Amino acid sequence: MYTTELDKTAGSAAAPAAVEDPALLAAFEARVANDEFIEPKDWMPEAYRRTLTRQISQHAHSEIVGMLPEGNWLTRAPSLKRKAILLAKIQDEGGHGLYLYCAAETLGTSREQMIEALHAGKAKYSTIFNYPTLNWADIGAIGWLVDGAAIMNQVPLQRTSYGPYARAMVRVCKEESFHQRQGYDLLLEMMKGTPEQRAMVQDAMNRWWWPSLMMFGPPDDNSPNSAQSIRWRIKRETNDELRQKFVDATVPQAELLGITVPDPDLQWNEERGHYDFGAIDWNEFYAVVRGEGPVARERMKARRAAWDEGAWVREAAAAWEARQAARRAAAA
Amino acid sequence: MSKDWPLWEVFVRARGGLEHRHAGSVHAPDAELALRHARDTYTRRMEGVSLWVVRSADIVASDPDQAGELFEPAASKVYRHPTFYDLPDAVKHM
Ligand SMILES: [Fe+2]
Ligand SMILES: [Fe+2]
Repeated sequence: MYTTELDKTAGSAAAPAAVEDPALLAAFEARVANDEFIEPKDWMPEAYRRTLTRQISQHAHSEIVGMLPEGNWLTRAPSLKRKAILLAKIQDEGGHGLYLYCAAETLGTSREQMIEALHAGKAKYSTIFNYPTLNWADIGAIGWLVDGAAIMNQVPLQRTSYGPYARAMVRVCKEESFHQRQGYDLLLEMMKGTPEQRAMVQDAMNRWWWPSLMMFGPPDDNSPNSAQSIRWRIKRETNDELRQKFVDATVPQAELLGITVPDPDLQWNEERGHYDFGAIDWNEFYAVVRGEGPVARERMKARRAAWDEGAWVREAAAAWEARQAARRAAAA
Repeated sequence: MSKDWPLWEVFVRARGGLEHRHAGSVHAPDAELALRHARDTYTRRMEGVSLWVVRSADIVASDPDQAGELFEPAASKVYRHPTFYDLPDAVKHM
């Protein structure tokens, strides 16, 4: 998921607006308003390119960093079945990252630049992955809530105006449903277990509920770039609309599980036809965006270690290709 | 200059009898690894029975700015379409 606008300075009013050719701009606006897809070689305003590059690369980084909290549990999965499922899910997330990096690259930023920005701590990723996974039920809660929120966000993005991003989202959405279902299934199984196991599920819910709601990003009235993104069909629904949909879909699932939602203000509103819910602690959200999440440092350390420890594989592959190329040249 | 491995476009044949369709792209140092990466990235769920990879740099594409002129003749030659011909009702199924 993880498409939230996190960087509040770049690309907003702070950046000087490029002077665009009014005729080209008008043609572009008309195409987008007409729900046409924009493709890599088409003309596009600089701000559109910049916003998309940021959004898609943040989305890609989130998929990649998202593998880390789940990876922590691979060797501690309670059965071979759960281990195989978790491994497959993590592999999918890696794939999502790759689809998305490819889409972002079509806008003119190299893979290397994006990965360097992530490792240098300059790029953002979803705040959700800066929370720790403390017990096995957290793996279920991530699938159910975090992937559930991701689905809410990604489904409308299948119709986002940038073609490569939309196509990546179609592929991702096909795979996400398994992620959410395996998480819910895991929790259902734990709820059939001992009182201690049920308590673990409730504990995971208590810790993951609010961060999951924050995944949709700041409220609409504090989301400066939202209007432009909606107009350009980069986003199709606002943060608050998506958040409300998520709450409405998830509360009945929590009831079915037999756990409570940690929100005393949560209440069905007959008139609105939606659940009302309590105020979100946005100070916590912005602190996590600034990198003050409980395990932010640990995540980036693990990410850099994975990259550095894999260097020999990349070097070996490059050396092999160089040798093959030399042989081909000698044979020719 | 980027140190990234070259980019390869990936085409997947979903099953026998169908054409290969563009699925996405991967970075790889050579064709063999490009195929392996394509397999891991785009066919984890029986999405295909055959893969093609081709260096992205080798693809020659038409210019979107020229699309109007390039494809216009198709629109102006309506007689290329069967519906252009108004035949008597007595002629069934032609
Ligand atoms: Fe994902
Ligand atoms: Fe997922």
